[in-house]
This record gives sequence, C-alpha cells and structure tokens, in this order.
Amino acid sequence: MTPAISAFVLVGGVALLAALAMITTRNMVYSALFMVVVLIATAVLYLLYQAPLIALVQVTIYAGGIMVLVLFVIMLIGAETMSHTEALRWQRPLALGLGIVLAIETVSVARSTALNPPMTSLDPSFGSPASIGLLLFREYLVPFEAISLILLVAVVGAVLLTIRRTRAR
Amino acid sequence: MIPLEFPIVISGLLFALGVVGMMIRRNAIMMLMCVELMLNAANLLLVAFAHRMGDLDGQLVVFFVISVAAAEVAIGLSLIVTISRTKGSIDVDDLHELRD
Repeated sequence: MTPAISAFVLVGGVALLAALAMITTRNMVYSALFMVVVLIATAVLYLLYQAPLIALVQVTIYAGGIMVLVLFVIMLIGAETMSHTEALRWQRPLALGLGIVLAIETVSVARSTALNPPMTSLDPSFGSPASIGLLLFREYLVPFEAISLILLVAVVGAVLLTIRRTRAR
Repeated sequence: MIPLEFPIVISGLLFALGVVGMMIRRNAIMMLMCVELMLNAANLLLVAFAHRMGDLDGQLVVFFVISVAAAEVAIGLSLIVTISRTKGSIDVDDLHELRD
C-alpha cells in the first residue's frame, strides 16, 4: 500500500463517516458542520488527484461561502427549534433498503473490469492553475460567460424572493 | 497511483448516503444539503477520472458544477426563507396547498 492509497482510504473514510453523521444528526447546525467536514475531506481527495485549484475552490466557495449561507439561514429562521412530525412512516425503512441496494450496486460496478481505462502518463503541470485558466478561457469561454449570467440571475432572484414587500396603499 | 476502485466506491457510497438522507429527512434545508452531498460525490468521480485519463476537461466540469451549485443554493435558500415566513415551517410535508 503506497502512502497515496492509505491517505485516500483514511480521508475517504472520514468523508463517509461525516456524511453518515450529517444525515442522522437531529440538530441541523451539527448537520451543517458535518457537511463542512465532508467538503474539506473531499478537497483533500482532490489534492491527491492533482487538482489543487479545484480543491481550493471547493474550500473557499463550498465550505467557506455556501455552508456559511446555509448556517446563516438555519439560525435566521430558527430551523433547529421547529417541530417535526413524521407523515410517511413506511418511507424510512424503504429508504434504508434502497440505499443499501444502491451501495451494493456501486461496489459491484467498481469490481467489474470493464471500467478500466488505460493509465496515461501525466506531466507535472497537470491541473495547475495556469493550465486550467488557459483551457477555461480558450475552449470554455462561452460556458464561462453563461455561468456569469446564471450567477447574476441568481443574485437578483435571491434578492427579489426575500425582499419584504411593504403594503403600499 | 490509486486504483480506480477506491474513488468509485467512496463516491458511490457518498451518493447513496445523499439519496438516503434526501428520503429520510423532511426538512427543506437538510434536503438541499443532501443534494449538495450528491453533487460532491459526482465531482469526486469526475476529478478521479480526469486524473486517470490525463484529460483536464473533467476538472473544468467540476468547476462549472460548483458554480451552478452556488447559484442553486442561493435561490433555494431564499425560497426556504420565504416559505418559512409565510407558513412558519420548512417541513416539506406541510407544503400541500395544491392538494387541499
């Protein structure tokens, strides 16, 4: 077992345990914090795969921006004190059974040999911010501009949806 | 070099946990976070295959997925805030105005 493999197994196990804790914890603030653990563990896995820029984007945008927004909303609307009634009791065992089936399916796919593309040799600059930037602005310029438009619409929409309308009369 | 089975198993299990969380939690914010978990699992697989194939396009796709997820969370959370203001609850089982 090379150090990369043992690091991958260790960090991946942390991500899986944190995800399990996230979906089972009652307190929503703890859930959000476990989600941050999952996101940071995934960022470490990205680093193992020579994706430093993606790892940093993950930490700053996901763990830094999105999860702070989620935590802010949880505390703003006092979601952790809201009452909870279970309407569909049969759904929980069904979800667990189907989840186990999905997990078994995944492992069997991973064990099949059809999914095994040939190993390619990588140059050390693979995944460097410079190479990603060149590719982004040379071949992916139109999607990049579309993303900027989507983000603009999202900002305007978020403001419009949450604005308090004063009763003009 | 990490064998390809490891990221497939970990990403698949993360995705399964996201699906199970989506089904067992009725809280809108929790369901939104489970969607993020599933997107995260897909991103991990994209990065792993980009590394194996020596193709940077996979990492670019992850970049775009993260950007769209940011927009999605902003809109989703503002919808949740509006719903909690009008109904006082974000339990998705309580949102059945169209049924009654």
